[in-house]
Amino acid sequence: MRITPFSVGTDWAGQTLPLFACAVPAGFPSPADDHLDAPINLHEMLFTHPASTFLARVSGDSMTGAGIRHDDIIAVDRALQPQDGSIVVAVLDGEHTVKRLRRLGEQTWLEPDNPRYPIIRLNEGCQLVIFGVVTHVIHSFRERKARAVPPTARPRKRP
Amino acid sequence: MIALVDCNNFYVSCERVFQPQLETQPVVVLSNNDGCLISRSDEAKALGFAMGEPYHLARPRLQQHGVRVFSSNYALYGDMSRRVLRVLSDFTPEVDVYSIDEAFLNLDGLQYCAGAGLDAYAQAIRRTVLAHVGIPTAVGVAPTKTLAKLANRLARRQPPAQRVLVLATEEQRWAALSQTPIADVWGIGRRYAPKLEAAGIRTAADLVGAPESWVRRHLGGVVGVRLWQELRGQPCLDFDPAELAAEPGQPAPGRHSVTCTRSFGQPQRSLVALSEAVATFTSQAAEKLRRHGLAAHVLTVLLGTDKHAPGSGPPTHTAVVALPTATSDTGELIGVALQRLRQLARPGTAYHRAGVTLSGLEPAGQAQLSMFGHSAEQLQQRQQLMARLDALNARFGRGTVRHAATGLGDTAWRGRRNMMSALYTTDWQELWAVRS
Repeated sequence: MRITPFSVGTDWAGQTLPLFACAVPAGFPSPADDHLDAPINLHEMLFTHPASTFLARVSGDSMTGAGIRHDDIIAVDRALQPQDGSIVVAVLDGEHTVKRLRRLGEQTWLEPDNPRYPIIRLNEGCQLVIFGVVTHVIHSFRERKARAVPPTARPRKRP
Repeated sequence: MIALVDCNNFYVSCERVFQPQLETQPVVVLSNNDGCLISRSDEAKALGFAMGEPYHLARPRLQQHGVRVFSSNYALYGDMSRRVLRVLSDFTPEVDVYSIDEAFLNLDGLQYCAGAGLDAYAQAIRRTVLAHVGIPTAVGVAPTKTLAKLANRLARRQPPAQRVLVLATEEQRWAALSQTPIADVWGIGRRYAPKLEAAGIRTAADLVGAPESWVRRHLGGVVGVRLWQELRGQPCLDFDPAELAAEPGQPAPGRHSVTCTRSFGQPQRSLVALSEAVATFTSQAAEKLRRHGLAAHVLTVLLGTDKHAPGSGPPTHTAVVALPTATSDTGELIGVALQRLRQLARPGTAYHRAGVTLSGLEPAGQAQLSMFGHSAEQLQQRQQLMARLDALNARFGRGTVRHAATGLGDTAWRGRRNMMSALYTTDWQELWAVRS
């Protein structure tokens, strides 16, 4: 695997990272690098459709095979048409759940990506409601407590 | 042609997007401080719950029917409203935002929706908002705003999938006008409806049939004639497209004042609590000013007593201060507001609400230096301080850094909202949760 290191600012939200258009060779500089290209904005990647993309925190491990782990954050886009094989957020027993959508002819089912979980077949005549298609997963390698998630100003009292 | 897109039971619909188990249940959302019912699902309407019904009176019946009750979650509704508007702005460059859940769309000059295509276009608007944001809407399309509003009202009565009505032809317009009771016409109001009915005008069609001179005499002069013309299909109301993504630092067009008013959770008598409330509202209003790059010349403090208590004098008291120089400095504004509050508040009186209005707005940075005020250097320092304050609060959450005068922690005046759902889209700690 080739890894290109670059430094990332500390402020995640709205922060942009400068992108060099080409590799920087030692010696004769490329005239293209006389100026920076438009900076990378992480939002542009995550929110191709800003109106219809929602972020969600995942709980559970039924999709670890697909790279979605407990406590990860996923971006879910409602504007995309779910296809056979799409990872989706679907409504199951009145709750939102992440699974892989499978379609074959008239049949539709939901597949977890972890051998410990069973495939979910829908009952006859059951209409599957899909919230949206999962487009990205954000996984942090740090403990949640240590992560730089801004604290809320005043913790709200919950009944 | 103008389309009015109206979100069905908007607050309830927002809650349902994130809690699918609510989809078929009766649901209501309460106003600030859990005062009264302000949004009801169709199921709750069918059970006979009325708009504006006080919560404490409706409570036993709500429990009896197992209705799900929510405190209002304006951070969520605001975010969902922005999303809806963003989708709408893909359909036309001219969106005139009427309220948090309603917007007029100018469809003129869009060739793909001319003639018979109009109905398909309106259907597409409805379908797309539902698919992309999850909010059901009704769409009324007509030559004027008043007729679009009327069409929307009729569309709303249809089953959810058919909530679109286009009034393109004379026949369609007449059918809609004769189906609409005069009291339901936008702009008629409670005062005129009985008067018109007494004169034999029962429907919108009856009013359109009346001569202009009669309308001018009996329906408030020019205003009435305008309404009459709008119903006849002649546009008289301005179309005022919103700046959807106003650049920060650009004054919002047409903004004359910024107001922050709220009812208390419980009536407040102590000057300490009132001061905290007024300081908080002043901070919020000042922050809004700075967001729009504005400064205020005039500050008004408002205190309200019980509106429903008989014989206790006028329910609202205000004090107005003209500021020596226009400012958006929170500290300075709080100082002035609290000074006025001390003069305004009568000891022992129970106040039910308070508020602050900043008016006489001008773009920031044009202020004339005052002889006894801050020097130019001091002003610059204060401005930097405010910019830092806003940046910190934008990053770490509202009210993270604030003036001590706004009080510490939760006090009674901050109000009740015990049944509020999570801030699904605006707060990392309460982010929408999905099972895997």
